[in-house]
Order: sequence, then structure tokens, then C-alpha cells
Amino acid sequence: MALLQAQKISKHFGGLTAVSDLDLMIEQGMIASLIGPNGAGKTTFFNMVSGLYKPTSGRLLFEDKEIGGLRPNRVTIQGIGRTFQNIRLFANMTALENVLVGLNCRLKAGWAGALLRPPTVREEEVKARARAQELLTYVGLGGQGETLAKNLPYGLQRRLEIARALATDPKLLLLDEPTAGMNPQETVDAMALIKRLRDELGITILLIEHDMKVVMGISERITVLDYGAKIAEGTPDQVRADPKVIEAYLGKGVVTGLKGTKNASALLGKQAAAGTGR
Amino acid sequence: MRQIWQSITAPWRALPARQRTIITGGIAILLLLVFPAVDKSMKWQTLNDVTDVLVLVILALGLNIVVGYAGLLDLGYAAFFAIGAYTTGILTWPPHGLEFNFWIVIWAAVIVAALCGIVIGTPTLRLRGDYLAIVTLAFGEIVPIVMRNLGNQTLSIGPWRLMENFNLTNGVQGLNPVGRPWIGSFEFGFDPTPWYYLILLIAAFVIFANVRLQDSRLGRAWMALREDETAADCMGVDPIKTKLLAFALGASFSGFSGAFYAAKLQAIFPELFKFNLSIMILCMVILGGMGNIKGVVIGGMLIQLFDRVLLTQTTLIARGVGQTLHIAQLATVDLSLWRWFFFGLAMVIIMVLKPEGLFPSAARRAELHAAEESKTAETIG
Repeated sequence: MALLQAQKISKHFGGLTAVSDLDLMIEQGMIASLIGPNGAGKTTFFNMVSGLYKPTSGRLLFEDKEIGGLRPNRVTIQGIGRTFQNIRLFANMTALENVLVGLNCRLKAGWAGALLRPPTVREEEVKARARAQELLTYVGLGGQGETLAKNLPYGLQRRLEIARALATDPKLLLLDEPTAGMNPQETVDAMALIKRLRDELGITILLIEHDMKVVMGISERITVLDYGAKIAEGTPDQVRADPKVIEAYLGKGVVTGLKGTKNASALLGKQAAAGTGR
Repeated sequence: MRQIWQSITAPWRALPARQRTIITGGIAILLLLVFPAVDKSMKWQTLNDVTDVLVLVILALGLNIVVGYAGLLDLGYAAFFAIGAYTTGILTWPPHGLEFNFWIVIWAAVIVAALCGIVIGTPTLRLRGDYLAIVTLAFGEIVPIVMRNLGNQTLSIGPWRLMENFNLTNGVQGLNPVGRPWIGSFEFGFDPTPWYYLILLIAAFVIFANVRLQDSRLGRAWMALREDETAADCMGVDPIKTKLLAFALGASFSGFSGAFYAAKLQAIFPELFKFNLSIMILCMVILGGMGNIKGVVIGGMLIQLFDRVLLTQTTLIARGVGQTLHIAQLATVDLSLWRWFFFGLAMVIIMVLKPEGLFPSAARRAELHAAEESKTAETIG
């Protein structure tokens, strides 16, 4: 079953077309990747799905319900969580509080509940804290609950962002470059964590990633964007062998030169890996 | 010296934090409760001023929700105070023939102030930072002007006269008298003691509400919005609803203050609610430590006590010294004329030495000293 469906979705910024007539289908329970050179429209697509941008045209269906143009918080309540390319934690709140904010939309207490604190609210609070602690432990931040988010090391900040997104109880999780800036060991750990999210929690994952080792290593389906349009789609092997993809990454001349050689895909891997150093 | 001090305070510091809070809190409450008796027996005659100080502390606590928790810079907070006071005035001014009971009116003032919070909040929701500050500044200017102009209004559309000499606020003269509270057959009069206990009760309620709100689902949503509105929105926090609640709840506390102040002063007029007042309240919040209840209360009290009690007392002392030493300038000095000078000086000193306020919340301290820490780390590294 298709969890997320984009039908001929476009986004224009003035005269600039960031995404044009994109069709995309994310099946329930898969790990899918969105790749493409810088400026290909990947993050724009994410921002449309999570409600930060309103699509210029086209339909966006989540569980067969239209979500295009919904406010971000409504999208989150429908069951789509996300992380950000440049980490956007609540820097001056503790790790635990960050996760509790993620839980907010699943709690009920209003202002009167906060003031009067009846037993139902008390109980909800206790449960929420336990749940937040559980999520922190799950991503490997068990002992860091009281640390301010900005004092965490970089790799752990990325994990905290995932924990915070998990707290919103998502069916689909959008990860925007989850391993950017990580060292090789951290990258391997992050890949393992992403796999666990799907295997153990049953969360469907869509990720943007530049590191080809990560993309090829964990995705079951890859969509390649270039200049806002889909140029290829398929399993990692299919995408790796697609001449259009190699062209998008390396330029036309290179492709003609390499045509027929088996080294093209190896070169693609190298090129993309070099791109992550930014 | 330091060692002696540490050995004296060692048993105190060994106590669990919770017990220490209970003990210091208990002592503070006790001191506040016996203060009127002490004031009377010592003939300080400061009770009236201290009562007014508490009115402003409550205002600062209300503003703390908007500025400290939700991070919305509001430069026109005195407008809500004015709305609370005028609601009380309009509902109890004898010429209006309403003369409602004060205990009903105070809640009406709270509700009207909260509604006005929503009214000012709604159009400004999409504004951030500086823009919001400017709009609230304008709102703070508009409200007293409206109050001044709502005396003797005649409104006609074509041949129909909707209002003729309709006097809601009595213009520049303001509303006088305003209804006083009664308990049974006892009327709150010129003795400041019952007023003091009433404002203490209101302050206790407002502090309680601040504490509860801070540590709640709503409080966390406010802080998340303050930290990063986009991220908070993406985590399921509804920014519109959450900001409106901050405006409404923050304003409602000033409704309490406004109703109390109007009834105690027995008269309200537009001049009371000028821009200075908004800035004064904001300074109380910033100086004490944004987002920290203890900081706001103590910081607010310090500013106000300095302003109202210390300056007048020092004036008296300086005059006494001037008279005994026969220095004419000193004998007639009035330091309270210099209040804004001292006030400005104190603000500058504190902002330079302790930008996070006297009693910062942990988060604020971290925020403002992060730059220094990283600098130190670089030097060491």
C-alpha cells in the first residue's frame, strides 16, 4: 500500500522551478532515498510534505488523504515526522524537554489542566516523561536527559533530533541528510539506527542523503532528482547502472567517455562520497 | 574569610535542595505576613508603597509569560493593565449606575484583559521579533489614547444618532471614585493593611500559576516556540494557538493588577498607563532574569523598592546631613527627581556585568555565556 503519494507535484519560487511535476510513491514499510545533485529540489520536496511550503500545483496524499498545504503541525499530527539538514533542536532546553515537545501533540492537557493539575494531567505527565526517557534510551541517549541540547556532541544531536521526531509517533519519518558531517563510525551507527526504526518500530523512512555508502547500503528504493524532475527510480542496482544518473552527477562528456565501461558506477560512488566532505 | 563563611554555611548546603527551598520559602512567606505589623511598630510608613510594588511585580510575572516563556517581545504591556483598571472603573463608577461588587468585577477585568490579549495577539501572530515589538508598542500607545477619547462621544450615521454625549471613561479626568471591595460589612479603606494582604494573596496565586504553567505541556510548547518556531511547528506545536494562549494568559494576570490598582487608588486616568510603565515592567523582567519566576519577583521588588523606598529614605538622610552641616544644596536635595538617572545607571551596570539578569534561568545563563565559554575553550585549546 502506498503510504505517501505525490502526484504531479510542483513548486515554483517566482520564476524558479524547484520541483516540477514530480510523481513519487512511498510504500508502507520501506526505506526509500531521495538523491540528486545540490539544488535538485530534494529539501523543497521534504518541505512540501512536512507543510513548510505549499505546493504550487499537484496533489500530495498521505494514507489517501490530501495533505498538500496543511500547516506543519497538522501534518505532524497526521503522522509524518522529520529531522532537519542543519540541526534544529531547541538548543536551550534539555534533551528530555526536546523529546517532550515532540510528545506534545499526543498529549491533551490544556492551560486549565496545567493550572489545576487534576489526576488525569498528572498521570499523563508521568507517562510522557517515562515515554520520553524510553525514546532517549532507544536512540542511545539514555544518560543524557538533563543535558542541554546544544551541549551534546554533534552525532548525539542528530540522534536527539531523531528521538524528538519519534516522539510525535510518526508513520513516515523524513530524514534530511541524517549522516551529514559524521565520521565513518558515527555513520555506520546511524545507519544501524535507521534500520532499527523500520525493522523494530515499523516506521516507513524517506531520507535525503549525499553519502552513497549510506544510500546504497540501506535503501530499498531510490529516486533521483535533477533540476526538480525525477530522472531515475528503482533499486540501488538499477539506479547505479542508469546512464542518466551518472550524467546528472558527472556531466555528459564523462558519460560518453565511460559508456560501456563497468567503472561508471564505481566512479559515481567516489564522486558522491567526495561530495559529503563539504 | 571565605573559608570561615564556607564552614558556617556547610550544614546548610548539606541539606537536600528541596528542604532548602521549603525553608527559605517558609521564611520569606513568614516575613511577608508579619511585614505590616513590623512596618507599623517601626513607623516606616512604607506599607502603601510596598503594596504598589507588589502590583508591579504581578505585572512583571504576567509579562514574564509573554516575554520570558514564549519569547514574544511585548513593549505595550501596560495597555493590558489599563484595560483591567478601566474595566473595573467602568463597572463600578457611580455615574454609570452599575456599581458591581468588586469581587465580581476583578474577574471581569481578568476576562476582558485576556480577550484583549487575544485581540492584539491575532493580527500579530505572523510577526516575529522586532516587528512584533513595534506593533505592541503601538498598541500600548493606542489604549490610553482611546481611554482619553471615550468621554462624551457623539456618534451619528446620517440622521441616526447612535450615541449622544456618551461618556464611558470620563476623558482626561478619568473615573473617580472606583468601587472598593467589601468583606461582609468591612470596607477596604485608607488603611493599607487589608490591601496589602489582598495583593499578597493575588501575588501568591499568580506565582503559583507561573510555576504550574512553566512545568507543563503548554510551558514546554512556549519554550519550544521561543527557541525555534519552525522546528516547533514541525514537531506538532500549533504556533497560533500557543502564542494566543501566551498573550491571553499573560494579559489576564495584568487584569488582576489593574482591578486591584484601580480600586485601591480610587481613581484612574489615562496618564497612569504611559509608555514608561511598559518599559519599567519589561526592565523588571529582564533585570531579574527572563523566564525565572524567582528572578522576576526579586528583580522587580529590588527595582521598585529602590525607586520608591530607598530613594525617598536617602533623600531624607541627605537632607538631614545637609542641615547639620549647613550645606544648602544638600538640605533641599530631592533624589527622587533623579530616579530615571539612577534607574538607567543600574540597568547599564547590570546589563554589562550580568546580561542574563540577577537570577537567570539555567537556559538563559547558558545562552548568554556560551560565547565566553567557547572563547575560553579556544584559548585553552
